[in-house]
Parts: sequence; structure tokens; C-alpha cells
Amino acid sequence: MDAKVTTQAAAQQADILLRVNNLKTQFSTHRGTLRAVDGVSFDVRKGETFALLGESGCGKSMTALSIMRLVPQPVGRIVEGSVHLGDVDLLQRSEMDMRSVRGGRIAMIFQEPQSSLNPVLMIGEQIIESVLCHTPLKRAQAKARVLELLDAVGIPDPVRRYKEYPHQLSGGMKQRVMIAIALAGEPELLIADEPTTALDVTIQAQVLALLSDLQKQTGMAMLFITHDLGVVSDIADRIAVMYAGQIIEQAGRDTFFSKPRHPYTCKLFESLPRANKRDESLAVIEGSVPSLLTDFSGCRFVDRCDYAWDTCRQRVPRWLGNEEYGVRCHRFDGEVEQVEHKLVEKTLETKIQAQASSHTLLKVDNLKVYFPIQKGLFKRTVGYVKAVDGVSIDIAKGRTLALVGESGCGKTTVGKGILQLITPTLGRVEFDGRELTTLDKKTMRGLRSDIQIIFQDPYSSMNPRMMVKDIIAEGMIAQNTVATRGERDRRIDELLQQVGLSVDSKQRYPHEFSGGQRQRICIARALAVKPKLIICDEPTSALDISVQAQILNLLKDLQQSQGLAYLFITHNLSVVEYLAHDVAVMYLGRIVERGPVRTVFAQPAHPYTEALLSAAPTLDDESQRDVIRLEGDLPSPAAPPVGCHFNPRCPKVMEECRRLYPEKVNLDKHHIVRCHLFKKE
Amino acid sequence: MHLLGYQFSPLWTDWLVYLLVFSGVAFFLYARRHEHLVRPWRQVAQRPLAMAAALVLMAYIVIGLADSFHIREQRDNGGVSDGPVFSSEVVSLLDIALTTLRERQEKTYSAPFALNSYAKESIELAAGAIVRDYPRLQYGGAHLEDLSQRQADIIAKALRALIESVLVFLVITAMLNYMLSRRQAHGFSRQLLLLIRGDSKLPWRSLLLTGFAITLTSLLLVRLAPYYHVLGTDKVGQDVLYLSLKSIRTGLVIGGLTTLFVLPFALTLGIMAGYFRGRIDDIIQYLYTTLSSIPSVLLIAASVLMIDVYIQNNADQFPTIAERADARLLFLCLILGVTGWVGLCRLLRGEALKLREIDYIQASQAFGVSHARILSRHILPNVMHIVLITLVLDFSGLVLAEAVLSYIGVGVDPSMISWGNMINSARLEMAREPIVWWSLVAAFIFMFLLVLCANLFSDAVRDAFDPRVHGR
Repeated sequence: MDAKVTTQAAAQQADILLRVNNLKTQFSTHRGTLRAVDGVSFDVRKGETFALLGESGCGKSMTALSIMRLVPQPVGRIVEGSVHLGDVDLLQRSEMDMRSVRGGRIAMIFQEPQSSLNPVLMIGEQIIESVLCHTPLKRAQAKARVLELLDAVGIPDPVRRYKEYPHQLSGGMKQRVMIAIALAGEPELLIADEPTTALDVTIQAQVLALLSDLQKQTGMAMLFITHDLGVVSDIADRIAVMYAGQIIEQAGRDTFFSKPRHPYTCKLFESLPRANKRDESLAVIEGSVPSLLTDFSGCRFVDRCDYAWDTCRQRVPRWLGNEEYGVRCHRFDGEVEQVEHKLVEKTLETKIQAQASSHTLLKVDNLKVYFPIQKGLFKRTVGYVKAVDGVSIDIAKGRTLALVGESGCGKTTVGKGILQLITPTLGRVEFDGRELTTLDKKTMRGLRSDIQIIFQDPYSSMNPRMMVKDIIAEGMIAQNTVATRGERDRRIDELLQQVGLSVDSKQRYPHEFSGGQRQRICIARALAVKPKLIICDEPTSALDISVQAQILNLLKDLQQSQGLAYLFITHNLSVVEYLAHDVAVMYLGRIVERGPVRTVFAQPAHPYTEALLSAAPTLDDESQRDVIRLEGDLPSPAAPPVGCHFNPRCPKVMEECRRLYPEKVNLDKHHIVRCHLFKKE
Repeated sequence: MHLLGYQFSPLWTDWLVYLLVFSGVAFFLYARRHEHLVRPWRQVAQRPLAMAAALVLMAYIVIGLADSFHIREQRDNGGVSDGPVFSSEVVSLLDIALTTLRERQEKTYSAPFALNSYAKESIELAAGAIVRDYPRLQYGGAHLEDLSQRQADIIAKALRALIESVLVFLVITAMLNYMLSRRQAHGFSRQLLLLIRGDSKLPWRSLLLTGFAITLTSLLLVRLAPYYHVLGTDKVGQDVLYLSLKSIRTGLVIGGLTTLFVLPFALTLGIMAGYFRGRIDDIIQYLYTTLSSIPSVLLIAASVLMIDVYIQNNADQFPTIAERADARLLFLCLILGVTGWVGLCRLLRGEALKLREIDYIQASQAFGVSHARILSRHILPNVMHIVLITLVLDFSGLVLAEAVLSYIGVGVDPSMISWGNMINSARLEMAREPIVWWSLVAAFIFMFLLVLCANLFSDAVRDAFDPRVHGR
């Protein structure tokens, strides 16, 4: 029996490609030592995908950089531990040796393909550089190899693409080029640091599929770093969860998703927005990740944990289990005296859906926003970018309409067109019975308190040189909603409490707050002028999952209590499912499908909607999913395809799709689609 | 306004210098209450080199300010009129402090620490015979019998200055250390150890050492200058040390006041061009492109010649020489400002173009906030770091520009004491045999120190304020 275990262990041992043991990376800052990676151990086996999951700032990227020995010098240094690649301890190698390891045995791809490519070199040149560096090939052979690589990563017409520059490629294509560069050295291990975070869902699905295909062909191992549970469930074999510099749970994919153990992991699952949670508020993880400057004397998660008891504060939990399957929590430690948990059953209060009122608040009819393309000395207009090309939507009071689409489809422009921040080229925007497009500036200024906007990036949406109270007061002053200073101060306090911030935060500056708190301030600022409609432009896409849940809950509560209507612009379909009543799917400046969320998500009519829904990674069982993979990218809105805009990518394309843009077809009273598959009766 | 027999009679540039100082102090008081403004300055304050440079700059500024309080001395009214009568000669506080230097004028050139003139003269001996020799100076080293005593005398005076400055240094160090030990609640000796090791939040050690260097230099001058021409004399026998010190104000005024003229143009036009875009942007761009294509030396030369003619034609408006020189100095600042705003304007336009697309500006527009308010509340505070960095970097360039312009004769008035004029006259001095090197060297050292310190300081300011350097 023992012998069998040993041989098994030995077999596993031989199988292991990368073994990270008790890795510690620290940064010296003027405020003290920052423990970015604090005792991380894991193995990556040959040919498998190992996912490192965690929120921003938990040290996952720094773990990858430490493995590559690319920690920024001289502030950061690896103080302890070992990183074995095969038999070689990378931390003991000289810098010269490391250069052959980087790109050779281990390759890395990054989140932002835009900034990882040199804009003044042809992409072929950038790949060949890597080929020449890591293979014994001569230049002529190397060129053939580059074409082979471009073909392998699914770039059509490699000979022509070889001579193109990065700006001529779309985001997905650039990421493919990055992958080609990484593959040039035929690595044994590919480290992928959030490789799909900057990409749209359909493109993300393409890239993920490409990565697993390549893995099957070459047998390389992958260390996949991400914050997205959906992506993890799609691609990973084994998963480790990082929290504040440590791995707190590790398990195989199936065990991980069926039986998560650490309270943090459990909470993460609960805080994901999903359709079946529509009528309740999401579980939230209170507070935020502790500063890595702290010298922890207990569990790192203790302040946010529902189960925490005294031991959790006094003793650092040890790693329970082995490198395969384990957790770092006192609840599972037999040697720690357990405490009976009377979980304060946080009654997930059932939200009664706001009464659907028939009163239409906003009615957008055939909205068009064209940007002229000017050329030459006299700025002659040679064409138009049709960012928004005939969009019609309407939102009733107290309802949420989600506007869904890939980046570049014009959804943000719709929002700005409604707000009259961009003057629409054509069309009508009727708000509360008043036509906005024909108003003069002064009257419009008076009406601005009714429609407000919340932006995606909470870092750029507040003036860094103003205090929170001035930021919130700005709208009230401009709109003259409150008469006196005292009244204004009272209202600011009230607003801060309403969005869940303490009153004393008004004397502070935006940089002192975390992303989620900043987004709350933005919401308070919008609420200050008592709007009827808030345009939410991807308000949660820059936030971590646990924080996203807090913001979504807040938005939902506010809708309940104040009867707000939202135009929710997003690309995140699970948020739509959770929050919205109606959904409009946008493709290249036009709405291709519109209807109530339940209907559209259950029976998507348009092939694009279908593809979007299937491409979004979900936690549900893989076997039932049949991903419809869209080919190619979003075409340019300056030169949309003739006929149906979607026809070059559509899996169900027909002859007439190439000739005519389809008419609007009512599938039922509320469900509208524009597709030749459906005929007017 | 008169006091103690002096009449306060500031020149035009004086008023503007006061304005500059006043706005500096006002900004300081305003910034103290705003965390985001204090933070970068705190970062500057932690850089030893920058603080040492700042201390030297402070010394320059103190001299420059002392030279910016102009007064007239009361004269005997001789019973002609009832009221007090004041001298037509305008002097500054610095002039009064340096009276000994100012009034001890030799006949012509003399080398540093010389007892004899640098040019031969016919001297009538007691016996009545006339010989051509280097005559003894009237003031320089007049207290000595002959050359053999000079060395000992200089060493004795220098030693005295050294001892005094060491004493001052020790007293100041002790006081500072006491203060720090009280504040930090360390013991006196422990705090002293920390201070010597340079282990403090602010770079006190560097400040103390720089302070010591400044004290030593000034005490050496205080002890030696009344007896010798430390830096020699110029062609008309004026003390070169006096000239160098007087030049400080000219340099600072050119460097400082020009910014006063640059700012309104660059700020309003740059921000407006970037924010409004479209036609306004086109007009402003054409304006500055045109202006920057005119060679600025040509423009400056033409304007300075124009103001010269104006002053000559309207001599009654400028009763004293000082006022005339001052008018020309002011005009030079103005014209440097008018030609110099283009660079900053271009930077600000670019930044405003970027800022107007940022979400918080869009949010304000969504609130219906007026353009004027967006410009002043959102754009202006967020471009101020660029303004500050550019101004501090430009300062040293302007000081050097003054020297170059005066050298080619279109700078400040020839009667105005400035480094440029000193260098200009050195052109002839370097050509004569034996050469007169000291006025060039003196101008060079004083200017070099100022520009070096300004550059060191501005480097630190740029690092602290540039968002690209230290992230969000």
C-alpha cells in the first residue's frame, strides 16, 4: 500500500513541470514593506492548465513575474522560496541563463495586447525576433516559421499580415500575434496574465478556444491568471485562489466548483449576479482586501468573514491538505477548537419587482450620430463613421433597459446622444414628453438634473483635486436645487449615507477611496440632483466581483426606493440577467434584437444574440453548452458590410442577407428582432 | 511716504516684484490647506539636493528683494522750501547695506586683493620726480603698509570669519537639534546622532551644511570686502563684488517677472483652445504658429529699439537714470513674455484637449455646469502642475537669455548693472593685454550658481508634480 503511494507520488513528481515553493516577494516602499507574494506554493504539471484566481491587488501577477524573475528592481525582491522548472531552480540561475528561459522554456502573454506590441515594427518582424532568438533557425527558415505560427494562431492570410503594423489589427488579432510570439520559442510553460480581460466576449471565446487547441497540439502547460470565475470554469484543470498574497484554496476544477471550502470562495460564488437571483439582493463581501503592508497575526480574511471567531484573529491558519487539494482556514483544521456557528442568517430580502408602469419616461426614435471623416488640407468630409445608426428604444419609469453589445458598437455614444453631450445627427429624444434635440442650450441646462450618468472608470470620473463634498455639491450648485449652504451640507450627508459611505468621507479626496467606494461617490453625485433616469455606462466592469455585487445591490435598492429608471450600458450578460427588465442588443450602431430579458435570454432570436449568450463563460455545466464561435471581428462603422451588418460573421447567413438590411419583425408584443430568418406575417 | 529721513520710492518693477512675492505667499497659504497641493511639495522637501539648492536660491532671493526696496535719502533742504527735499538718486536697501563697497571707487582696473592699480600712471614722488608705475589703490588694502603684510592680514581675517561661522553653525545646529528632540521626544544626544547620520524626515543635515557654506562665504566677504576689492575692480574702478551682487536683482526680475506676462496669455489661450476646439482653437493656433515663426531675437531687438526711441522722446516721464533703466527692463520682460508664451500654451492646449474627454468633465457637462466654471474648477487646477514645471524650468533659461541679449546689445539698459552687461564689457577686457579676467569670472560664478540651483530645484519639482513619474 505504502509502496503504491510512493510510486504514485514518484510518477506525479516526474510529471511536474513547475514547482513553486514558499515564494515570497516583497517591495520596500516609504510606508514599509509590502508583502506582494507571501509564501505561495503550487505545482504545474505537464500539459495542464493551472488557474490562479484572485481579485486585483492580491499578488497573482506578481507571482508570475517572480517566476520569470521580472520583479521590478530595485524596489522589489524575492526574499525566500524556490521556483523549480524541471530540475532547475530558476531563482539560483544567473541573469544570462534566465534570458534563455524567458521566451524559451517559459513564455508570457499579457492583458493589454495594445501596449505589448511595438507600434513601429511590422508584426512579422516582431515575431521573427523571437524565433531567431530561441531557435537555431536561419533568417529564411525563420520567416517560413513565422508564417506557420501566424497560421497556427488563426490569423488569415499570413503572408499579407506579416507586413502589417499593429495599428492595422484589431484587439483580438493583436492578442493572437502576442500568442504567436510566445509560441515562437516552443515553450514548455505559457504564463497567460489575464489574456482576455481587455477583449469582448465573442473575441474572448475565440482566444480561449485557440489557447486550448494550441495546448492540445503542443502539450505545453499553462499558468492562467484571471479574476473571472467564468473563464476559469471554461479553461482550467486545477485552480488556486489567491487572497492578499497567499493561496487560500486549491482544488481540481470539478471539486472547486461543486464543493468550494474557503468562506471567501463560497462568497465569491454567491456574489455572482445570475438570473435566478433576480428577486433577491446579491451576497456581498463587506469591506475590502487588507493592505499588504500589514504584518498579519491572524487570518487575512478575518475582517470580512462571516465565520470568524477569536482563533482566526490570533492564529495564522496553516495550509491543510497537500499541493493538490487544500485550504487555509481554521474551520477545516482538526487541531483547532471549533466554534458552533450561528450564522447571522442574512435574510436575503426578497425584492419585489418595481411595478411596471406604463408611463414612458424616455423615448428615443431613430437616433443617428454620425462623425464626419475629414481629409486633406481643407478638411473635406469624405465619409461618415456611423457610430449610431437609427436606434429606437424606450424606457418606462422605474424600469431598467440594458443596452448590450461589443466594444465599438456605439452603445456609449447612444448614452451621450441621449444626454445631448454629443449632438445627434438625426432622430428624436423625447424625455418626459419633451423633445430634447431641438432645445436651446439654456433650457437644456435646466433639464439636465433629470438625466444623469455614471461612468465606467471610477478613477477618471472624479476631479482628483476636489474634495468629495465639492464633487457632490457641483450638480446641486449648477442646478440650483438647494437654496442654502446648510441645506446643501445636510443633503450631502444624506446622500453619502444613502450610498453607504460614512459622513466624514466628505472632507476627503477621491484618491483616498477604493474603486468601489469611488463608484458609490459617483452614484451619490448623480443622485444629488434627483434624476429620474440614470445612464449607467458599464459602472461595474472596472470593479472586482465582490465589489460589483455591492454596487449592483445599491443600484437595485435605489431603484426600489426612488423609482429610478436606468439605461444600463454593458457587455456583461450576467449583470443584465440579474438587473435589467428589458434588453436591447446592439451591433454596429443598430439594435438587432430587443425585448424583455427573460424572453430574450431564454429564446434568443437573432444569431448574434445567440452567439453572445453562448460565448459568455458561465459556471454552469460545460456539457450543456454549445459555444457558437463567431469568426472575425466587428467591422468598421465607417464602412459597414452591405446588407445585414452581421452577415460576414453570421453562421446562418443566407443569400438575401448580403443584399438587404432586414426589416423589423415583431415576434410578440415586446420582442422585436431584425433578421431575415424571421419573416413578417 | 517717508520715514526716518528716507522716502520710499519704488520703481515699476518693484511693484511687480511685490506682486510676485505676494502671490507666492498667497499660494503658499492656500496650498497649506489643500492636501493634494501639499503632497508634491512635501516630496520636494525630502530631497536633500533640492533643499540645498532651495536654500542657495533663498539667499539669492533675499539679496534680490533687498535690492527691490528703493528709497531716496533726505537732503539738506537748504532753507529753499518748507517740506523735506529728497535726493534725486534712488538707492535700494542693498545699496545702503553695501555703502562701503559702493562708494570706495578706484580710478580703474585692479586685480582681486590687489594693493596697486592694474594700469601704470605717472606718479609724482615726494622728491618731485615723476615716475610711471602702478600706483597704490585709494581704498584697496589701504590699511596696510606694503605687500608683505597682505598675506598675514588676509589669513587672520579669514580665520576670524571661519571661527565666527563655525560658532554660528554650532548655535544653529544646537537650536535645531533641541527643537527636533522636543518634537520627536528623543533625547538630545540621540537626536544629534540621528541628525549626523542624516536620519530625519527632512534633509536637515544637507540644509545645515549648505547653511554653513553660505554663512562662511558671507562672513568671509563681510570681513574682507571692507579692506580689499575681493573680486577686483572694473574699468571705472567700481568694485566687481558690488556689481555681481547688484546683478542678482536683474537676473531674478527677468526670470520672475517674465512669467507674470507669460501666464495670462498661455493659460487663457491654451486652455480655451483645448477645451472649445473648433474655430477658437484654429484662431489661437494660427496666432501662436505665426508668432513662433518670427525669429524672437529680431522681435526683441525691434521692440527694445522702439522703447529706446520712446524714452528719448519722452525724457520728462523718466526723471532719473534708474527709472529709465527700469522702464527698459520692464519692457524687456514684457517682450520676452510675449514671445515666450507659445511653448506653454501649446502644452496646455494638448492637456486641455485630453482633459475635456475625461469622465469628470463630461459629468459636469451632464450637470449643466457652465463653461467658465468647468474651465476654472476642473481644467485649470488639473493643468497647474504643467504650468509650475514649465515656469520653474524656464526660469534658468530666462536668466541666461538676459545675459545673451545684453551681450548683443538688445538686453537691459547699459547703465543697469547686470551679468549680461558685465560679460559684454568683458569682451574688451579679454582682448587687452594683460587681460582682465575677474569680472567675467565673477559674473560667470554668480550666474552659474543661480542657474545650477534653479535647475536642481526644478528637477525635483518636476519629479514631484509630473503624474507620469509617480503614478496616480
